[in-house]
Amino acid sequence: MNNDERSLAERIVGSSVGDRVYVAVITGFAICVPLLLALIFVEVARAGWPAFREFGFGFLTSSNWDPVHSQFGAASAIFGTLVTSAIALIIATPLALGVAVFLSDYAPAWLRQPVGFLVDLLAAIPSVVYGLWGIFVLIPVLRSTVMPFLRDTLHLGATPFFRGPAYGPSMLAAGVILAVMVLPYISAVSREVLLAVPRSQREAALALGATRWEMIQKAVLPYARSGIIGGVILGLGRALGETMAVTMLIGNRHDISASLFAPGYTMASLIANEFSEATGDLHLAALMAVGLTLLVLTLIVNAIARWLVWRVGKRAEGSA
Amino acid sequence: MTTPLIGGRPTLRQLAVAERTVGTITRRRIVSAIMAGVIALMAIITTLPLLFILWHLAREGASSLNVAFFTQMPKPVGEGNAGMANAIVGTLILIATACGIGLPIGIGAGLYLADFKGTRLATAVRFLADVLNGLPSIVLGIFAWETLVRPMGHFSAWAGGIALAAMMIPMVTRTTEEMVRLVPTSLREAALALGYSRARTALTVVLRTAMAGIVTGVLVAVARIAGESAPLLFTVLGNSFWSVDLNQPIAAMPLQIFEYAKSPYDEWHRLAWAGALVLIAVVLMISLAARFATRSSSHRGSGD
Repeated sequence: MNNDERSLAERIVGSSVGDRVYVAVITGFAICVPLLLALIFVEVARAGWPAFREFGFGFLTSSNWDPVHSQFGAASAIFGTLVTSAIALIIATPLALGVAVFLSDYAPAWLRQPVGFLVDLLAAIPSVVYGLWGIFVLIPVLRSTVMPFLRDTLHLGATPFFRGPAYGPSMLAAGVILAVMVLPYISAVSREVLLAVPRSQREAALALGATRWEMIQKAVLPYARSGIIGGVILGLGRALGETMAVTMLIGNRHDISASLFAPGYTMASLIANEFSEATGDLHLAALMAVGLTLLVLTLIVNAIARWLVWRVGKRAEGSA
Repeated sequence: MTTPLIGGRPTLRQLAVAERTVGTITRRRIVSAIMAGVIALMAIITTLPLLFILWHLAREGASSLNVAFFTQMPKPVGEGNAGMANAIVGTLILIATACGIGLPIGIGAGLYLADFKGTRLATAVRFLADVLNGLPSIVLGIFAWETLVRPMGHFSAWAGGIALAAMMIPMVTRTTEEMVRLVPTSLREAALALGYSRARTALTVVLRTAMAGIVTGVLVAVARIAGESAPLLFTVLGNSFWSVDLNQPIAAMPLQIFEYAKSPYDEWHRLAWAGALVLIAVVLMISLAARFATRSSSHRGSGD
């Protein structure tokens, strides 16, 4: 036990019956957290197991999703999840980092609060509202302007990534809305990490004659790097599991297409779309297995992210 | 590496080497100024989507919002005078259920983390709470379906409330911990010196001091679960009729907005916009309230 962490007075006071009950109760509540996580994992794994037993490892590599013939492979959903998350990170990371640097080093004091608040508000908008806005505002703009521009004006149609008709609902649309949705998470973590960079680090760079940008580029960003990467990975965790907005924008089709203009599926949107209409036990188990895959993926991603962010905090504490 | 410039004035040769490696000072200043512009531009671009969304919501939503929206039930297309009264009440019931289950557990676990911060269990709980916080909400939905809906044999508000509580617990745990940690040790010691038991110190002195911060954390958590629909899809299901029975399927605003947005009817699209506007207004008000709660408490706390 780590009693020395507790204050001297609390150790002297000792414990009455009431105290022992109190400690037992809050310990019980604390144990609920790991218990809940374990229960979620066990239940979802148990429910999804029949699908893995039936199809083995092929469940993750086959893209044949055919409820009529009871053949299930999640590859197209996994592919869609990875592609939309990648689009989201490619768009969101530089912007989020820009905002974080703006708030930590550039913005005048009076602008910091309101801009920070606006960016945080992006995280407060419900997923279904993003989806609604995406259907009626974003998709028409993508279809009429952005997609033709990318394909024809920039001649990117020659590459496999921007080929084919612009329907609107597509992996691109889902990726763009995901970018907006994960941006506040990346920027919030980055901002905190940047603020945790010791003042002495900045002052040392300036004292050596660095310009403000050189200070950020050479002294601040390298120091905060692993924390920022942690923030990006945390954003990735959000993007992987985001459901409603993606379900409304991705077009929900079991295809693996290199073109970002093509509709697709993500793991989360596949579950959202087919779960209530699942035909038969194996279909249900397959959807649960998709949920298990998503669960394991986000667990790993989150654990890595937390570890990276935690490491920076620890280092900043140590050097302060 | 170039010859160090420390000690005395740099020679011309050293300056030349320095310029070759990092560029002339004019060039460096220009680069710095350009980057300042780029970063400011990025900040502006980032706030644009929010402003666009709010603008469209206000424009599309306000024109479809009327008294009937709050007082009437959903109706088939063409009947007009439709509303979301049941979904509004349903969402309130779900939030209350989630708070009833999630708050005691979250606050209790937070107290434990702050009180026993160095123990192995505390480290594990802290880490796992963060991990739980990052789980996709749809996974919580299928978990609640598997553990509650399937054995009970029917959809219910309970299942949805419990799924939402599972989302709330890690958020509330972590904020409670942080806020309780901010309470000065001297305050605890004063209470203990006066003969308060540890339990009484924690519940009357520590919790009360940290209350503003905890309320903020709870508000943020409520704002987040109020708009969640993924964990509700297979648990509360949605309901076009009036129901306040926790054992029955219940309507919820996010689900209703989802249904209407997917539909091909203009009339339902307008209802979806109106619903989204109401939902976002509630979420924004909660967020603002949380913001002011923190501000007033941090003003009080920042005596140093």
